[in-house]
Amino acid sequence: MANAQHTPGEFDNDQSAYTHPDIHTHHDEAHGAHVRKNIWRVFWILFAITALEFVIAFVVGRGLFRNVTFILMTVVKAAYIVAVFMHLKDEVKSLIFTIMIPLLFVIWFILALLIEGGFYQGGWFGY
Amino acid sequence: MSEVRTAIDSTWVGGRKPFKASYGKLMMWFFLLSDAFSFSTLLLVYGVIRFSSPVPWADPETVYTHFPGLYEWFHIDAPLAFVGLMTFILIASSVTMVLAVEAGHRMDRKNVEKYMAWTLVGGFAFLACQAYEWYHFIIGTHGELFHGSIHLLDGTVATAMAEGVQDGGVVVMNGANQGLNLLTATSAQLQELVPPEMLTATGALDVGAASEAAISGAGLKLNQYAQNPSFANLFFFITGFHGTHVASGVLLNYIIYKQVCNGVMEKRGHYEMVEKVGLYWHFVDLVWVFVFTFFYLI
Repeated sequence: MANAQHTPGEFDNDQSAYTHPDIHTHHDEAHGAHVRKNIWRVFWILFAITALEFVIAFVVGRGLFRNVTFILMTVVKAAYIVAVFMHLKDEVKSLIFTIMIPLLFVIWFILALLIEGGFYQGGWFGY
Repeated sequence: MSEVRTAIDSTWVGGRKPFKASYGKLMMWFFLLSDAFSFSTLLLVYGVIRFSSPVPWADPETVYTHFPGLYEWFHIDAPLAFVGLMTFILIASSVTMVLAVEAGHRMDRKNVEKYMAWTLVGGFAFLACQAYEWYHFIIGTHGELFHGSIHLLDGTVATAMAEGVQDGGVVVMNGANQGLNLLTATSAQLQELVPPEMLTATGALDVGAASEAAISGAGLKLNQYAQNPSFANLFFFITGFHGTHVASGVLLNYIIYKQVCNGVMEKRGHYEMVEKVGLYWHFVDLVWVFVFTFFYLI
């Protein structure tokens, strides 16, 4: 029973993946045209967001609202770069989670600094 | 029997590739994740130091105003224009990189070469821009007291207020005379504090001479832009750390570009190496997006 039978190839443990990986390494011309179109779409989105940031930098006065707007726009740009240019969105779920979940530590760090920082500055959450 | 089958069929028992990615690509992702922590920490430290600074922080719009040509030939200030160009260059080089990866998926060697070459051009252009920016940041605008400081005889410094010499005055920043405005100070006070060469014949502050002696540009201890030296230090460290990443990215891209040109990838049957250096290059672009926001916009 311990030696369960399996057909060759079922385990897919041959080393070919390291010399000739088939996953996400080849596609045909039709799919390529689709990919290229998406790349240029993302380029224009990134370009437009950056241009808008410049407008805001000179039109909107300094303050919390402006800073939050800038940070949100930055996160949107970052998401497009990671999802499309680094094509993380085409990877399997387990890889996406492996990369994204540890980044929660950064959020934790930010919250910790904002909360503890209030001890000195009487800032965001007060003390 | 069925239990054993279930174990074999499950993804994580071994013998399978649960991430459906090669070893090299996974390791690149893990490295980039760790690098993301480094940059996050650096930028958070920037935030902590900036917002806990007891003295006003520099205003980016008045610091980064040099645009090649406009500044040298026409003496025109173009706030943030040059950094906008740098951002555009890096995003564009990211696009050519991802186009090279796409061409690699079609085994289209000619286009991989073309787009990798453009990516290299973009990388070099960005580094050249950064060199120009650092140069002007360090040299500064000479002899201007607008954000400069004068070293006083008692070891403290006096600094022009934000509105400039005429409007806000030149105020002693620390020590026993803190808060004293040199433009309205008595000549007895001035004689004790200000070096004689910065005084006029009548004993008043010679703004022209004082401006000559004022600090210009940025050093590690003092800079003309902000009284807090951390401003320049953090700029040097974080943009320098990013610039180092760009430089090593250019080197990696060049090595892979040469291999593509030599037909190494064609022989191998896939262009996955282009994809791996591509991940690194996009990460460099990603970091710049954050550096741009926190250093130049906020």
